[in-house]
Amino acid sequence: MADIDALARRLRSDLGPEQVVTDRQELRTYECDGLAHYKVIPALVVLPHTAGQVATVVRACAEAGVPFVARGSGTGLSGGALPHAEGVLIVTAQMRRIVEIAPADERAVVEPGVINLQVTRAATPHGYYYAPDPSSQQICSIGGNVAENSGGAHCLKYGFTTNHVTGLQIVTPDGDLVRLGGRAPDPPGYDLIGAFVGSEGTLGVATEVTVRLTRLPESVRTLLAAFPSIDAAGAATSAIIAAGVVPAAIEMMDALAIEAAEAAVACGYPPGAAAVLIVELDGPSAEVEAQFTEVTSLCRGEGAFEIRIAADDAERALFWRGRKSAFAAVGRISPDYIVQDGVIPRTALPEVLRRIGEVASAHGVRVANVFHAGDGNLHPLVLFDARVDGEAERADTVSGAIIDLCIEYGGSITGEHGVGMDKAKYMPRMYGDDDLDTMQLVRCAFDPAHLANPGKIFPTPRLCGERPGGDIAARFPGVEVF
Amino acid sequence: MGALDELTRPAGEDDHVGGVPARLVAAPGSTAEAAAVVAASRGLAVVVRGGGTKVHWGPPPRSLDLIIDTRRLAGVVEHAAGDLITVLRAGTPLDDLALGDQQLALDAAAGATVGGVVATAAGGPRRLQYGTARDLLIGITVVRPDGVVAKAGGKVVKNVAGYDLGKLYTGSYGTLGLITECVFRLHPRPAASVYVRSTAPAQAVPAILAAQVAPTAIELDTATGELTVLLEGTPAGVRERSALIEKLLAGEVSEAAPGWWGRDPWAADEIGMKLSVPLSKVPALVGLGSALRGSAGAGVLYAAARDITEVERLRAQCVRGGGHAVVLTAPAEVRDILDMWGPVPGLAVMRRIKDQFDPEHRFAPGRFVGGI
Repeated sequence: MADIDALARRLRSDLGPEQVVTDRQELRTYECDGLAHYKVIPALVVLPHTAGQVATVVRACAEAGVPFVARGSGTGLSGGALPHAEGVLIVTAQMRRIVEIAPADERAVVEPGVINLQVTRAATPHGYYYAPDPSSQQICSIGGNVAENSGGAHCLKYGFTTNHVTGLQIVTPDGDLVRLGGRAPDPPGYDLIGAFVGSEGTLGVATEVTVRLTRLPESVRTLLAAFPSIDAAGAATSAIIAAGVVPAAIEMMDALAIEAAEAAVACGYPPGAAAVLIVELDGPSAEVEAQFTEVTSLCRGEGAFEIRIAADDAERALFWRGRKSAFAAVGRISPDYIVQDGVIPRTALPEVLRRIGEVASAHGVRVANVFHAGDGNLHPLVLFDARVDGEAERADTVSGAIIDLCIEYGGSITGEHGVGMDKAKYMPRMYGDDDLDTMQLVRCAFDPAHLANPGKIFPTPRLCGERPGGDIAARFPGVEVF
Repeated sequence: MGALDELTRPAGEDDHVGGVPARLVAAPGSTAEAAAVVAASRGLAVVVRGGGTKVHWGPPPRSLDLIIDTRRLAGVVEHAAGDLITVLRAGTPLDDLALGDQQLALDAAAGATVGGVVATAAGGPRRLQYGTARDLLIGITVVRPDGVVAKAGGKVVKNVAGYDLGKLYTGSYGTLGLITECVFRLHPRPAASVYVRSTAPAQAVPAILAAQVAPTAIELDTATGELTVLLEGTPAGVRERSALIEKLLAGEVSEAAPGWWGRDPWAADEIGMKLSVPLSKVPALVGLGSALRGSAGAGVLYAAARDITEVERLRAQCVRGGGHAVVLTAPAEVRDILDMWGPVPGLAVMRRIKDQFDPEHRFAPGRFVGGI
C-alpha cells in the first residue's frame, strides 16, 4: 500500500484534501455499484470537480502504475463500477454542471455527473428532450450512460446512448485530455466516440459529453393491453412490427411481474392477465392517430381481452409506473432476486419464454418476466430466498441457463446492463477467441498498461506487446505468400 | 501463390487507385477465401475496392500492390423480416437489395456496395430520420490485416456485449482490414412519401423542425436555390403534414424528387468536399456563396469548390464554427498540394489504433487522416 499512500499524498496536495477519501469507513460506502453482491473496498476514492482534476488523477495513476475505476451514480447492474482493491475510484458525481443547452444546434453539453433526467428537464422548455431513458433515469449519470451505452424503454425507435452522443472530452488512460467530435456531425477519422461509448470505463474517463437533443413529439399515445397468454402478447408484438409500425416502446410483463408491481405500487393492471403489453406511439398527431387505431385493432385481433388507453399524462404515468418499478417491486414477493439482461431475436420470444419456464420449474425456481418486447431485450427476474439452503445456487443456475438460451437463439448476453464484472465469463460463449482478441486491440491502443477498469468485460486480458500476424503460417497451412 | 491462383489475376488498365497502379487483383468469393488472400498478401500494400464509386476518394495510396475486389463477395445471407434485420455480404450492391416491404435506409451512389458505403461512412438525405451507416450497422465480420477473421456485434439490434468494432470500421476507409459481412437493422418502407419543394432560404430550417412534422430529410441546393423537404408515413398523415410545410415554405408538393436530390454537386474533374457544422451555423455557411448541396437539417453539406482558395475559405468557416471540412475528391494536381482531411482531433489515439490493427501499415497506406 506504499504506492497508494504516496498517491494519496500527491492527490491531496494536487486536488485538495477534502476531495481525497482514505478513511476506511468512508471508503466502504463505495464498495459496490447497483449489483450489490459484488463488493470490493477501493484503496482510495477521489472526487474531482473538473476535467483537469480527472486528468491529474489519471496521470498520477499512470505514473504510479495504479489501476483506476470511474464511477458515476453507481447504479450500474453489471458490476462495471466495482472498485479495484489496490486502485483508485474516480467518482464523477461532483461534476454535475450542465454546460450548455443549445436548442439551435439540437445539442446539450454536460459534465459526466449530470443525471440523465436533468438533461431532459433542462431541454424541455426549449421543446426538446434527451431520448435515451434507462429505467434508472432519475438517478443514473450521463457519464455512466456513456460507459454502458445505456438504452431504455424508448430505444426501440430512438436508439441507444451511442446514437445520441456527438462529442466527448475524455481523459485517456495515460492522462491526456482529448476532445472527440462536438456539435457538428461526422468528425473525420476513426469513430473513437463509437469505440468509447459502451466500453465500460476500460478506455478512459469521459469528462464532458455532447448529446443530441430530440424534439418533443407533438403527440404521445399509450395503451395497456391485457392478454390471456404470453404467446398472444408475443403475437401482438410481431403483428405490430409486421404492420410496419415502429412504436416508441413495446413493453411486456408476465403474470408474476404484474403481481409484484401490484403489490408494490398498486398500478391497477387488468386482473387475470397472463401478460400485459404497454405500447406507446409518438410523433406528429397526423401519423400517431392512424397508427394507434391500427395497433389497437392488432392487439384485439391477437386476443387482448382488455385495452386501456391513457387519457392523459397522469394515466400514462400510471401505466409506466408498474413497468418501471418492476425490478424493485419484485422485492415484495421475494426476499432476493437476480435481474437478468439478455437479448433474443424478437420472433423467438414465445419459444424462449416457454423454455425459460421449463428451466425454472425444473429447478423449482420462480422467474418473473419483464422486457422490452419490441427489441427482444429480456429482463427475467429470478426469485430466491438466500436464507434457504441451495436456493441462491439454483437461482444462479437458472440465470446462467437463460443467458445460454439467448446465445443459442442468436442473441446477446446483455442488451443494456453491460458485461462488467458479472458477465465477463460469458463473453467467450458469445464471441470466439479471435473476436475477443480483436476487441482488445482497441484496448491496447488506448490502455496498453491495463490500468483503466481492469478485469471488466474481458475474461482474459491480451498482452499488448503481442503483435498480430505472428502465427499466420499456422492458421493457413500450405498457403504461400504472394 | 499456390491455391490462391484462381482468385487472383494481373491488374488491368483500370486497376489503379487515384492514379497509382496495382500489380494484382484478387476477387475472393467468401470470408474464408478473403482471409486466405489477406494472409497470403503479407508484405504487400493492399486497397479494398467495392463498386469503385468512391475508390478514388482521399489521398492516393503511398504504394499499391494488390486490389481486393469484393464484388464476388455478394448476396443477402439472411433477411429476418420479423426481426427487422438483414445480413449482407460486403460486395452486395445496395441498389440490388430486394427486402420486400422493408428497407435498408442508406442513401448511396448507383453501383455502390454495402462494404464501400460502410467503409466510407457515406450518407445521404435520409440521414436526418434514419441516421447513417454507423447507426444502422449492428454486426460486422472483418478480415484483419494479419488474416484473422473477427466478428463483433450480432444479429440483434440491442446489444452492448464487448466493444462496438462495427463503429470503428465504419468510415475507416479500408485502413483496418477488409469488411466481408455486415448486419443491419431495417426499417419498414413507408406507405406514402412526398417532397415539398420550395425556394425558401436555409434560415427556414428551424421553422420546419419546429413544425412537428418529423421530416425524413431537409435538403438544400444552392445551384437551383431550392429547399426541399421529404415526408414519409401513412397516406393521410403525409397529406396533412405536407400541406402544412407547403404553406410554411410557400412551396409545392411533388411526388418526385428534384433532379439534384442525393447527388454529389461536383463534376468528375472538380473538387468535391464534405462539410459538417453545428445546425445553427448552416445559414452562415450557405451565405458564403459556394455551390453547396445537402442535409441542411442535419448540418452536413457537400460542396463543389472551384479552387484551393475556396477550399480554404470553406474549411476556415466550418472549423471556426466547430465543424469539419474534408476534401473527398480533387484533380491530381490539386490533391497533391492539399491537406485533404483537414485538422483531426484525437489523431494520436487513431495512430495507435492503426498500429495495433495494421502494424506494417499496408492496408490503404497514406489514404486516411494524418497519413494513416
